[in-house]
Amino acid sequence: MRGLDPRRLSIAAALFAAALFVTSAQATDAATIARQGNGKGAAPCMACHGQDGGGQAVAGNPRLAGLNAAYLRKQLDDFANGSRNSPLMQPSATALNDDERAALAFYYSKLPLPPALARPATAPPPADSIGAVLATRGAWNRGIPACVQCHGPHGVGVGAHFPPLAGQPAAYIEMQLKAWQQGRRHNDPLQLMQHLSAGLSTQDIQAVATWFAAQPLPAPETAP
Amino acid sequence: MKKLPVALAIALALMALVGCTQKPAPAATDAPTAAATSRKAVAAKPVAVTFTPPAESAIPAGPLGEVIRQGRDIFTDTPAHAKAYVGNSLSCNNCHLDAGRQANSAPLWGAYGVYPQYRKKNGHVNTLGERIQGCFRYSMNGKAPPLDSAEMVALETYAWWLAKGAPVGVKLQGAGYPKQGFKPPQPPDYARGEKVFVNNCALCHGSDGQGQQVAGRNVFPPLWGPQSFNWGAGMQQINNAAAFIKANMPFSRGDTLSDQDAWDVAMFMDAHERPQDPRYTGNLSETRRKYHDSPMSLYGIVVNGHLLGAPSANR
Repeated sequence: MRGLDPRRLSIAAALFAAALFVTSAQATDAATIARQGNGKGAAPCMACHGQDGGGQAVAGNPRLAGLNAAYLRKQLDDFANGSRNSPLMQPSATALNDDERAALAFYYSKLPLPPALARPATAPPPADSIGAVLATRGAWNRGIPACVQCHGPHGVGVGAHFPPLAGQPAAYIEMQLKAWQQGRRHNDPLQLMQHLSAGLSTQDIQAVATWFAAQPLPAPETAP
Repeated sequence: MKKLPVALAIALALMALVGCTQKPAPAATDAPTAAATSRKAVAAKPVAVTFTPPAESAIPAGPLGEVIRQGRDIFTDTPAHAKAYVGNSLSCNNCHLDAGRQANSAPLWGAYGVYPQYRKKNGHVNTLGERIQGCFRYSMNGKAPPLDSAEMVALETYAWWLAKGAPVGVKLQGAGYPKQGFKPPQPPDYARGEKVFVNNCALCHGSDGQGQQVAGRNVFPPLWGPQSFNWGAGMQQINNAAAFIKANMPFSRGDTLSDQDAWDVAMFMDAHERPQDPRYTGNLSETRRKYHDSPMSLYGIVVNGHLLGAPSANR
């Protein structure tokens, strides 16, 4: 048995303290930016995404709370580089530096699901409605798989590349599907969304957006 | 002095037994000539489909409709609805897309009318029921549901309903996977296949090929390993996998990979370890000789320094 080297111990303690400091500094930064912006052109996130990160249904501003950090990070990068076109988000994303983007993505990924999402404002459309069929079965004769086959049961989201659709504002989902369709958003892996959105009618888009917006979170069958 | 020749002889004998070509050459019989290549390009095009199954909304009310729906549910979420017969996390739907409707994805309507059929795989005439039993035994790495079990009745009823109006005894366009004339321009290659996998497949199936799960259920299925199809499944044959991939993968972007990419990535997938063939005799090379005697199977062959199908690897 070897005795503990006091010098090594003190180095380890210093490293640990530094790590704590960095972590808390990052958390503080992200929370501050979320509340009041970064003072260099990035707007306060919560002005549009809600105090709890739950989004604003009427304005079509999406929920950020609980989304995958890598997904959020990529979207910030893509707003800045233009592969996801948004006149609202581009200036803020551009004004955030690398660390701030990473910190914000991490911060929002750790925010709990806002309780309001458990009680959607509208009841889910029936199982045989256009939206429900597209979401759960797809329209393969038009090259469209079921949304839940990638976005998970009820659209709860899967990993870093397939964000949750459940509980997102209908207006947001609708805007995004149109952006894919019209090429204003083209930051999808393997062009999956650009490709399949081509087969959707305006009515399809409305119906499927309404269906996902009405799915409660957490989804009944996927809650741990 | 004697040791070396003995070891050598054993090694040679083993190689002969397992048909040990370091690199399997499925295309060995098909020299890549210009003419062959252009013919392949034509053959690889998706076949025009002449049969359309009834819409799901047309499932009738009443007891028959209920059994059709049960069959559809088993088909789309097999672990949940046929639990007793499933030994992995896959669903029928994973290889027969759109709940068994999608042409060139071995649709049920394409299978229903061509059974009973003689099958080389087991050397006798198989009914549709026995064919489905094979799916459970190999692709689902499970147990064969008895022919009169509720699950089997539901699956056959669902297949019958999807094939309603299709001619009997006719191979319909879009049935099976489009294998006719589908050959690799160059012999499939593991290293190239790995690149194709990383660029096109890992997004959904994960860089480890184990798929992605939500609340313990597959969203994207594992392509190898203990929760995937076993060494007796049709999909472990490179030609089947290549045809399926070419026509249907990446998911919703079928027919976008080149023929070569599809073959390479099929070989890459099928050069990974998976559950043992239930027909395993206790001897790998004998099992290969009896059931895998084809360049399309890598079972019992060394790829990347790993002997595929070796019993220890399956534990």
